[in-house]
Amino acid sequence: MPKPGRVSKKILQHELVPEHRVLTLEEAAEVLRKLGVRPWNLPMISINDPIVRILKAKPGDIIEIRRRSPTAGESIVYRIVVPY
Amino acid sequence: MSSPNFKFKEKYVIDRVQFGVLSPSEIRKMAKVTVVVPQLYEADGSPVAGGLRDPNFGAIEPGERCPVCGNTREECPGHFGKIDLARPVIHPGFGDIIHSLLQATCRQCGRLKLPPERIAYLLNLIRRLRRRWPVLARQLAKEIKREAAQVMECPHCGTRQFKIRYTRPIYFYEERPEGEVRLTPINIRDRLERIPDDHIELLGLDPKRARPEWMVLTALPVPPLAVRPSITLETALKAEDDLTHALNEIVRTNLALREQLLGGSPESIVEAAWDRLQQLVAAYVDNELPNVGQITYKRKRPLKLLAQRLKGKEGRLRGNLSGKRVNFSARTVISPDPNISINEVGVPVDIAKILTIPMRVTPDNIEEARKFVVNGPDVWPGATHVYKADEDRKIDLRYNRNWKQLAESLKPGDYVERHLVNGDIVLFNRQPSLHRMSIMGHIVRVMSGRTFRLNLLVCPPYNADFDGDEMNLHVPRSEDAMAEARELLLVEKHILTPRYGGPIIGGRQDYISGAYLLTIKTTLLSKEEVVRILAATDYVGEMPEPAIIKPKPMWTGKQMISLHLPNDMNFRGKAKINAGNLMCGSIDCMNDSIVVVKNGKLLMGVLDKKGIGAEEPQNILHIMALEYGHNTVKNFLDNVFRMFIRVLEVKGLTVSYGDLEIPKEAREKIMKKIEEARNEVRKLIDEYRKGTLETLPGRTPEESLELRIIDVLNRLRDEAGSIAISYLDAFNDVFVMARTGARGSDINITQMSAMLGQQSVRGQRISRGFRTRTLPHFEQNDLSPEGRGFVSHSFVEGLRPTEVFMHAGAGREGLVDTAVKTSQSGYMQRRLINALQDLVVSYDGTVRDSYGNIVQFRYGEDGADPMLTYHGKPVDIDRIIESVRLHKVSIDSRKEVRK
Repeated sequence: MPKPGRVSKKILQHELVPEHRVLTLEEAAEVLRKLGVRPWNLPMISINDPIVRILKAKPGDIIEIRRRSPTAGESIVYRIVVPY
Repeated sequence: MSSPNFKFKEKYVIDRVQFGVLSPSEIRKMAKVTVVVPQLYEADGSPVAGGLRDPNFGAIEPGERCPVCGNTREECPGHFGKIDLARPVIHPGFGDIIHSLLQATCRQCGRLKLPPERIAYLLNLIRRLRRRWPVLARQLAKEIKREAAQVMECPHCGTRQFKIRYTRPIYFYEERPEGEVRLTPINIRDRLERIPDDHIELLGLDPKRARPEWMVLTALPVPPLAVRPSITLETALKAEDDLTHALNEIVRTNLALREQLLGGSPESIVEAAWDRLQQLVAAYVDNELPNVGQITYKRKRPLKLLAQRLKGKEGRLRGNLSGKRVNFSARTVISPDPNISINEVGVPVDIAKILTIPMRVTPDNIEEARKFVVNGPDVWPGATHVYKADEDRKIDLRYNRNWKQLAESLKPGDYVERHLVNGDIVLFNRQPSLHRMSIMGHIVRVMSGRTFRLNLLVCPPYNADFDGDEMNLHVPRSEDAMAEARELLLVEKHILTPRYGGPIIGGRQDYISGAYLLTIKTTLLSKEEVVRILAATDYVGEMPEPAIIKPKPMWTGKQMISLHLPNDMNFRGKAKINAGNLMCGSIDCMNDSIVVVKNGKLLMGVLDKKGIGAEEPQNILHIMALEYGHNTVKNFLDNVFRMFIRVLEVKGLTVSYGDLEIPKEAREKIMKKIEEARNEVRKLIDEYRKGTLETLPGRTPEESLELRIIDVLNRLRDEAGSIAISYLDAFNDVFVMARTGARGSDINITQMSAMLGQQSVRGQRISRGFRTRTLPHFEQNDLSPEGRGFVSHSFVEGLRPTEVFMHAGAGREGLVDTAVKTSQSGYMQRRLINALQDLVVSYDGTVRDSYGNIVQFRYGEDGADPMLTYHGKPVDIDRIIESVRLHKVSIDSRKEVRK
């Protein structure tokens, strides 16, 4: 159920919003192969998430998030876009 | 292997379990009996056909053959019956679902109250979600229901909709303009039947396995007799199970209702019987529902019905499945024994003679096995049973007393159930089992007496003391289990805790006092004392060089420790006493409060709570465990800590009234301080009364006054405390215990020698009791320190009656707090653990749940095992730099020598 309304791109500049990137099909396949999982085993991110809407990602896309981590400096996580 | 006469038969493997709602046709299909008669037995005592004890419910008597399946009671699975209800009734477990369905669908056409295009879109979406993300599908269904319930006119047929009011658990009312109308189960069932299958999917149900109209019962399943056995009393009377009583009531009411319907009784009478039937069926499922009358036995005891069997602490789930009782276990009081290893547990002989381990007879151990058998079951170490492999027979040595002959006849392949003996491994546990160290593997040491004995150093992980604590012991009986316990559960493998990086095992109380007394600079030991102290350990070797030669050879306590440290160990850390006037900034300081170990020698510093205490990260034990392994630490704990106790035996540690008395001079100083504070408070109160008191930001004048007074009085207590402490002798044992962290704190000393200080309840000065004052001893509205719970005397001086009262008030708050806190935090932790229990760190470092879903891409984002870290840090940089520096120094010094 995509919600109406525009999302301002300014939120990307906020210091608490980590860097998001949509993986290409090849990259996504490689991530899944490396982890040995099916796409639906990944953590989810809603299609209605503001960042997902800015990135114009579609359900099934995998998004790479690089965030600062208090224990590891930087950590990379992957999330699959779900249609709800 | 351990139980030779038990063989697994694998016929089918359960692949998955599918839950659903029983449909009426299914209930009718599986029923072997239709119950129509309320009588249970004929006059001759035989069960009535078509009654609740019809033999077709399955065989339960010994030797009885089941008329349905032909099996005896061992093999017969039991068979369901049914009661055909004269009119449908709501199943109380589904009330909430029925309510949400009625609200979301049209009262006329039964369709979901959303436009057709939207339904098509949502149907596609929910089907896609259900395949991969069932969680999301459920969430979506909830949202659809909420959205559809808002619609007040059906988008399909245009019918006007009304609100449905629901009274738990079975009553529904429609709020029509002309007034509220009760919906009968027949109305409800009709509406539910009209909902199309597709729309049911949108509402979060699976139409194949849970059609909503099945939630309104037209036939009630009757469980087999094995579920509700009757018991025969000595008087030959039969007492029926609660379920049978309740079902009987249902059968009667059902029968009455049917007769009224056939006889054409007026609708009001029919409705009364129908309502009674509904209530009975609801109570049959759950006898503790609101708005439903309980079914009672002879109008006294409420019956225990279906839900009551499952629910609660003694219910099937918590009482019989999660909480099974087990064999080969023991429980008794614990008591301390500092002379056994931390890996050991002292087991009373009486228990060792009951707990047994199956011992497979082999050519190598046959003589040993014979000795056990010859001793019989009553002499330790003996045996209770012998299993002869070739005869497939278990012989109980209590009844077959030809032990000599049995021992002779033992052959390899036989099993002997032998007593627990020294060296066996057992699991030892103390509730509440909050972390994995609550169950650890111990090596058995059979002892006289009636209590379990454990080394004091393992008290911290179990959180045990000896004021009557009991602990449980379990015997692993298979070779696999025993090996696993030895490799994974042994106490020494749990010195470090995975909760945070640090040791959880270590000294407390006397161990710390002993370590301090041994390692302080003033301790010099004569040869005799050294020998006595070292005799507490299993040290074998030369006497070290004496530290002092003249007038007679003397050794330092630090040398005793060094004898037991690994030769190349290096360590540097602050002692607990490194505070106040014993503060040390660098190693050049004379206070001995920085601990330095270089090349296995304790060069300076005293060992106290920070050095050898339990739950103190980065102490000597921690570094030793990380760098030399747990076996080294175990030996250190077993030897050196026994030495600490021996030091106390030699030197003595005792406390008396005199240790708390302070000189007159100090007392006078304190009195002066009290007078000063009194004046200050008086001034504050005067200012407040005059209205000139400066208020604190965001506070009322009253609050400001209170805060200022509390501040003044707390300062007074601290000052009085430090005056008292400054007059205490450095070798005063109370002072030593407080400073080293063995027991007590500066505040405890203050309260004993100087003053108790302000007593508080809920963080405020005590202000309640009588309407205008705390006690009748004070004037009304007295804001003075005494009137509001300030205690200016110490325990040594003694308290005045009003002070005792104030102290008791504050003391009670403490007790209440602990009682409340433990239950609340316990439940909080239980929920957290239940939520996280099946997450697993897999070999690739990811954290996954039991479906393989990824929760974290790298455990803790850095992949570090907290148990192996330096208090959370994966690498201790300071330590590495220090060790490199030491290494370089040693190389340099070697170069010097070569020159």
